[in-house]
Amino acid sequence: MIKAILIFNNHGKPRLSKFYEHYTEDTEQQIIRETFHLVSKRDENVCNFLEGGMLIGGSDYKLIYRHYATLYFVFCVDSSESELGILDLIQVFVETLDKCFENVCELDLIFHVDKVHNILAEMVMGGMVLETNMNEIITQVDAQNKMEKSETRQPETIS
Amino acid sequence: MSDVVEKTLTALPSLLSLDSQPGSAKLSSTSKLGNLIRGITELTSKHEEEKLIQRELASIKEQVSSPNTSMRQMKELMVRAIYCESLGYEASFSYIHAIKLAQQGTVLEKRVGYLAVSLFLNESHELLLLLVNTVLKDLQSTNLIEVCMALTVVSQMFPKDMIPAILPLVEEKLNHPKEIIRRKAVLALYKFYLIAPNQVQHIHNKFRKALCDKDPGVMTASLHIYLQMIQENPEGYKDLTASFVTILKQVVGGKLPMDFNYHSVPAPWLQIQLLRILSLLGKNDQSTSEIMYEVLDESLRRAEMNHNITYAILYECVKCIYTIHPKSDLLEKAAKCIGNFVLSPKINLKYLGLKALTYVVQQDPKLALQHQMTIIECLDHPDLIIKRETLELLFRITNAQNVTVIVEKMLEFLHSNTDDYTTIDLVGKVAELAEKYAPGNEWFIETMNTVFSVGGDMMQPDIPNSFLKLLSEGFDTVEEDRKLRLFAVDSYVSLLQGEPGKLPQRFLQVISWVLGEYSHLREELEPATVMRLLAKLLDMKQTSSETKSWVLLAMTKLVRAGQVFQSAQEVSETYGSSMDTVLRQRAQELQHLSQDCELRARVLPQDAGLEPLEVDSSLSFLDGFVSEALAAGAAPYKPPHQRQEELAQAKALSLEPYGLSLPISMSSCSIADRQSPTLLSMSSGLSGDSTDLSHKGSSTTLKLDGVKRVWGREGYLAQREAVEEAAQVEVPSPLRSPSQQAEADSSHSQTPTPTPTPEPDQEKQQLASSLFFGLSSQSSVCLMGKSEPTPQRFRRKAKGQASSSGAAEQISNSLVSAPSAVDNFLCNNLLDSNITSQVGISSSEQTSELSQGPATTNGTCDTEAESTDGDIKGSNPSLIIGDNGLVAADPTPHKDPGSPKDFCLSSHLPAELSELCRSEITPLCSNQSLGLSACHVHKEDSLVLVVFITNSSDAAIRQILLDLDSEQLQVSCVSDSPVEDVTSHSVAMHQFSLTVKRPSVHVEVVGMVSYQLPVGTPQEVQFSYKLPLTSFIRPLTVSTEEYGTMWLSFSHDTKQNLTLISDGEEPLTATLNVLKEKLQLHIVEIIGMEGIIACQLLRDQPCLMHCRVHADVLAVWLRSPVPDLPDCLIYHCQRALQEH
Repeated sequence: MIKAILIFNNHGKPRLSKFYEHYTEDTEQQIIRETFHLVSKRDENVCNFLEGGMLIGGSDYKLIYRHYATLYFVFCVDSSESELGILDLIQVFVETLDKCFENVCELDLIFHVDKVHNILAEMVMGGMVLETNMNEIITQVDAQNKMEKSETRQPETIS
Repeated sequence: MSDVVEKTLTALPSLLSLDSQPGSAKLSSTSKLGNLIRGITELTSKHEEEKLIQRELASIKEQVSSPNTSMRQMKELMVRAIYCESLGYEASFSYIHAIKLAQQGTVLEKRVGYLAVSLFLNESHELLLLLVNTVLKDLQSTNLIEVCMALTVVSQMFPKDMIPAILPLVEEKLNHPKEIIRRKAVLALYKFYLIAPNQVQHIHNKFRKALCDKDPGVMTASLHIYLQMIQENPEGYKDLTASFVTILKQVVGGKLPMDFNYHSVPAPWLQIQLLRILSLLGKNDQSTSEIMYEVLDESLRRAEMNHNITYAILYECVKCIYTIHPKSDLLEKAAKCIGNFVLSPKINLKYLGLKALTYVVQQDPKLALQHQMTIIECLDHPDLIIKRETLELLFRITNAQNVTVIVEKMLEFLHSNTDDYTTIDLVGKVAELAEKYAPGNEWFIETMNTVFSVGGDMMQPDIPNSFLKLLSEGFDTVEEDRKLRLFAVDSYVSLLQGEPGKLPQRFLQVISWVLGEYSHLREELEPATVMRLLAKLLDMKQTSSETKSWVLLAMTKLVRAGQVFQSAQEVSETYGSSMDTVLRQRAQELQHLSQDCELRARVLPQDAGLEPLEVDSSLSFLDGFVSEALAAGAAPYKPPHQRQEELAQAKALSLEPYGLSLPISMSSCSIADRQSPTLLSMSSGLSGDSTDLSHKGSSTTLKLDGVKRVWGREGYLAQREAVEEAAQVEVPSPLRSPSQQAEADSSHSQTPTPTPTPEPDQEKQQLASSLFFGLSSQSSVCLMGKSEPTPQRFRRKAKGQASSSGAAEQISNSLVSAPSAVDNFLCNNLLDSNITSQVGISSSEQTSELSQGPATTNGTCDTEAESTDGDIKGSNPSLIIGDNGLVAADPTPHKDPGSPKDFCLSSHLPAELSELCRSEITPLCSNQSLGLSACHVHKEDSLVLVVFITNSSDAAIRQILLDLDSEQLQVSCVSDSPVEDVTSHSVAMHQFSLTVKRPSVHVEVVGMVSYQLPVGTPQEVQFSYKLPLTSFIRPLTVSTEEYGTMWLSFSHDTKQNLTLISDGEEPLTATLNVLKEKLQLHIVEIIGMEGIIACQLLRDQPCLMHCRVHADVLAVWLRSPVPDLPDCLIYHCQRALQEH
């Protein structure tokens, strides 16, 4: 099961955090900080897996991350997930974001947190991988966006 | 994506310029967020950010509470609130508005509302109850998007008690025409299964339907559920193996639509999931494994090495092949695959390769041998994670021959490591290896010194404990033990002469204990010198008071040498007035014992560590003191949890139904065994031992991991393979034979130590030869589960096996040995910090725990043996089922149609039982000659199980022997002289009285009847009889006052909401009456919207229930002194109400 999905930038500013298990507000922030601390000090040419953060659980948990330009995408999972599988899932996620935002960048994530969450919700539901097919995810998101457009004629939500 | 940075930079100014046009109403809403974000990016300090966000939150707060804010504005406000929360600032005022938005907004606004709710709240948040209605409404909506949103939020979090309310609707969605809805419904149900498995019991067949869904996506989703359920109970789903294999075959064969391809690999995630399921199913099961060999072979073949994701599949494949029943040619292919991983230049694959090697190396150490050079390279890898994984691998292949090199490598890593988690983990491993394979005294002590100084105060407390235990119990000949202790003393004296200030507290404690206990062994060492060194520790300001008390205790032991009387007096004077009670106590002891030689000799005899000590665990010797104190007006003792409760009540609003006004008598102060008050938590979760069988279930019993560690590693593989082997390995073997010792010594002398040579390659070769030494010779054994004991130096002596379970526990106490509990009380350093605070205890339960807790340091060896027994017992029944085809009987639905047996048999019931309430007579099993039936009869104080043996043959059956056993129940035979012979066509009857040992929702009796026909050999038939816990429940008649007193003293509780029954009557009364009727409860009183109920498990195990009507549910709170009882009872209450 996926326990948490975190996106933060190179300075550790959280851009998106989704926890599938309940932690207190403080713990969540602490997890983000610790994860950033762990991930940021790793070189580019090391493996994408990390084990044993103290906060988010012991030996059963691992962090799987990818680093894209200014952003870190980190999935925190337990032993029931495949490491490489998750690594590719991150790729799918980023590719999907790229499609939806047409060349995604950090600002897109800042200004459209809700949309990013919606895309994520089509991929991962309650900590379980729901859909791994990019086209399928985009279809779902588009269906919702279409509704959005038909509902709001005003340009304020279109960007 | 490398241009993202630039894009960000270029986008920023344009964005800011847009925002700076106040006239552009078009962008008004984005610009508010934009303003905020721009403001934050411009800030330089955390403090300024905080101020800005607080201002922002204040403005959001103002706007959300204004009645004029439209839903659309609200949506925008929510996004801003989400942004603030994601930065770590609380915006709790907006939670209720998020719920409102989800409730009242249009689809679009609703979506933001739901999103905000799922980000802000958690499943136990009380506001979530307000969302239930919205979810209900949306689940019934015709708008697909609304349904999807509701399902998503439900799977993210939903109050557990509210599941029944929406369960039917979610179930309904499994038949929805749209596959996306079906898929989400499956995942939502999975979530329900995870948080409340009882509630979705009935829809297992619907899961099967989902598995067969025509849409592969829905099927994939259902695999989540199956993976989980199979993990919990692989036996239950063996029949599905063929289906999973077929699905995998189709997927691998490319039968799925192209849409499912990812980088031209067909549905890789689905394949991974299926392979995981198969490995669970095929584990330890040859026939099931055989079904999957073909498809595994196919998967291996098809997965061409071209993309990351194919490696993911291959990795799962390899793991599966090594998990299921082995097949040689598959193993060969898998081994080759692992080779590809390990040798890959891609670092992720190397990591997984090492992981796979670690996983398989116990079965096939040759594989590690093949890749030894790569492993050596990985040891010097710049990536710490790879390095650590390599050490983990080495840890698994350690033996007596290569231990020095491997430990050296581990210590090297430890010195450079900064991550706490890794340090704790690795320190534990080094300690384990050192204990198991140490080649010599010197090495052992030095390694442990490093462990203690590196591990410091973070390490698992059982490491120093088991070290001290080892030292005190000895492991070898008397002479060897002496040498080890002498060496330790020497080593510690020189450490203290150096810079003791740098040593961690734990290490100092170990040092002072050893010096106190054994420094006299070194005759030329003056006690005064030791005393001085110890006194130096006391003077250091970084020494903690816990360490100081260890030091004082060590001094107390040293005084016996006589000469140091003066300095002892000084120290005791200094600390006799310490603020710390423990220290003061120690100082007092030091003072008194240094003056009274006789008492000292009795309390602290030299070298008496191994004599068993009798402990009066009820502390009865204090009874007089307690009653005197009570008579003098002292307040009676209250257990900590009760004190806490009272404190909470005093401070906060009273949420508890029973106030403090009730008189608390001495009798109400029964002791909670909820938390063990031991100082030393013995959890070894980090020790890498994944098979903690002995831990299961009872957190209240004492855990002796210190003992376990020695056996741990051997047990590991064996426990995975088969339980019988576990038993074989785990039973502590007697002292090793001289020949084994000779073997160890000789092999040790052979171990080559790596000497640095100029050529690096040669160096590596040499390292390899020392690292992998002894592996090849071992490999033949390993597939059999390492049942051959490797010679171990520090294997502890097997002793103290026979433990009396009475009040007087035999504890081999290394600190004190005089058979007096008073002395124990005085001197056991670990004990009395607890005792001083709990002097008033008169119940025996907790005190026995007290005395057992510290015993972990001092040494009882029996628990290991006990837990092994337990494991075997636990697994026995299932073995029987497998072998003999056990006939399971379920008393209720199983009724032999058309046979009036019930009536016939019931006439055989003895008169005193036939009057009583009883269950139907159920057939248990039968063959040509003999039939067994049973029923249970409810007596006031017990439950009688009546077993009828019907002889249906024409000959007499002789020597009938009926043997019953149960995990949860105590079974005792009622009849004095059970019938042994049954004449032709007649019935014999056996009665057994059942009492509950350990409550469980359903309890089961497993039995065996053996008999002898006139001709032929003796025969055996096995059977089982299952009955609900409700059969044991009796009403408990108490007054409201008594109830109140009892309520406070019970420690195990459960809270749950139940549905109310409302048929005409007042709902509370109606519901309680149903419970009363069905479960035999006693309604103590109903006051307004609250009711209290009491019952007991047969005679003496009460359970109290407090009900309160809350909205349209019944909030129930159960308490009992018996663990698990509240949980079981609530289950039956649910059932009873459902059935009503």
